[in-house]
Amino acid sequence: MDYSKILSAKSQSLKPSGIRKFFDMLGGMDDVVALTVGQPDFVTPWHIREAGIESLEMGKTYYTSNSGLLEMRTEISNYLKRRFDLSYDPEREIVVTVGGSEAIDMTMRALIDPGDEVIIPTPCFVCYEPLCRMADGIPVSVVTEEKDNFKLTPEKLNAAITPKTKLLIMPFPNNPTGAVMTYDDLEKIAEVLRDTDIMVLSDEIYAEMTYGGKKHVSIASLPGMRERTIVVNGFSKAYAMTGWRMGYTAAPAPVTEQILKLHQFGIMCAPTTSQFAAIEALKNGDDDIFKMTGEYDYGRRFLVNGLRKIGIPCFEPEGAFYVFPNIGVFGMSSEEFCERLLYEARVAIVPGTAFGECGEGFARISYAYSLKHIAAALERIGNFVNTLKK
Amino acid sequence: MKQILQLLEENARLTTEQMAVMCNLDEEELKNKIKQLEDDGVILGYKALIDWDKTDREYVSAVIELKVAPQRDRGFDRIAEKIYNYPEVQSVHLMSGGYDLMLIIEGKTMREVAYFVAYKLAPIEDVVSTATHFVLKKYKDKGVIYKMPEKDERECVL
Repeated sequence: MDYSKILSAKSQSLKPSGIRKFFDMLGGMDDVVALTVGQPDFVTPWHIREAGIESLEMGKTYYTSNSGLLEMRTEISNYLKRRFDLSYDPEREIVVTVGGSEAIDMTMRALIDPGDEVIIPTPCFVCYEPLCRMADGIPVSVVTEEKDNFKLTPEKLNAAITPKTKLLIMPFPNNPTGAVMTYDDLEKIAEVLRDTDIMVLSDEIYAEMTYGGKKHVSIASLPGMRERTIVVNGFSKAYAMTGWRMGYTAAPAPVTEQILKLHQFGIMCAPTTSQFAAIEALKNGDDDIFKMTGEYDYGRRFLVNGLRKIGIPCFEPEGAFYVFPNIGVFGMSSEEFCERLLYEARVAIVPGTAFGECGEGFARISYAYSLKHIAAALERIGNFVNTLKK
Repeated sequence: MKQILQLLEENARLTTEQMAVMCNLDEEELKNKIKQLEDDGVILGYKALIDWDKTDREYVSAVIELKVAPQRDRGFDRIAEKIYNYPEVQSVHLMSGGYDLMLIIEGKTMREVAYFVAYKLAPIEDVVSTATHFVLKKYKDKGVIYKMPEKDERECVL
């Protein structure tokens, strides 16, 4: 059978993730110090795991309501108020999803009509573009630059807006750059959007991972922005719960109604066991967040300082758990640098180009690892860079 | 100060350079602070956590509950002092509840520990009674779990 004629042309036209390709190279190599993963270096705190286990022991193995347990939505609402000063009605404005990824997918489908343009600041997480295409939207990439601290500027946003613009993705704190948007940065963006019908998908999955005493600000908390924003968040990063697949959307009722409809038909409801664990996380997990974020901050300082000492220029990341150093100074493409680093020095990092063409000249290094591990990697990277200089 | 102590308590082998970066301090400043903490007796020493069960060293340890009669003016201090001077005694805690002092004793064999209790501890004046509990297996001590570090099982996705 000629599957290429049978399978959806739209699906086939999507490029596989560039990170994937690099990970495949890693397979089978031993003695590699990897700084590649995009997930926490912790297991889910025990009290949260226990709540999941207890729900199983009590036989809570049924479907929940489509939008998730009301207790869960209520706790999400409390959390958003407590941490980010956002107000959402648990009954009508919150949907519990299978991770932040499903929330992104459902939001795009709920908003996009064929031909609608979606502005995506890049470099960014790899899922926005393909999900946009599958919803028949047209992705419009806006390149954020190192000289702007990888922030989205109002000038760039303005230049990208057309009458067809439907949605702006706001992926901050950013994977892979570690950039954050402060209140003032966001206010300038909000000013561009207020007189338009452009909606915002604010992907705040790394909201708890901000450093240097700067607290994350949600664009939905700015005057006039709540009505046009879909806040996407989840439990994977903040509570080290990647495998539980727990996320949610918080959005005005008419938007939530559409998201819920799609979620209902596609997923039914988010996993029940995970919801019980997540309720415990929301109720009693704030200290876990602070503890883990403190550990990431050590790793961040350690890695940034180490890279700079080796002579790799490095933008100071203020969020997420990645460093995005400028490796262009070595006169190689990102892929070449990362491949040589892998084969010659046995350290794995991800080429910036995996996050969009504009990532050329950069690489993503994760610091969601133990200090010992990071130190070992830095030593190898240092030796590798020394051989380049010779 | 608290941050420095927490870091050292977690891993005393961090270099001052590494710690300075992590705490956002000048290295000299950090060294001075650590020296001060040592001089003040806040930091009493630096030791390694060793899982002796992975070696061929023969040893047993036991928790001993001690009931003692407190002394006029000195309370429990004098008897605690008398006891902690034995090198076999690893730790001494004054406890609330059903007994007074909790000791952890180490010896080469059960017999050696039993002899120590019978011939050294029990005869001490003011010791009213002893109860000895031998340790069968150590799972976690000082916040460290005693087993092989687990392999990083995190899969690379996306």
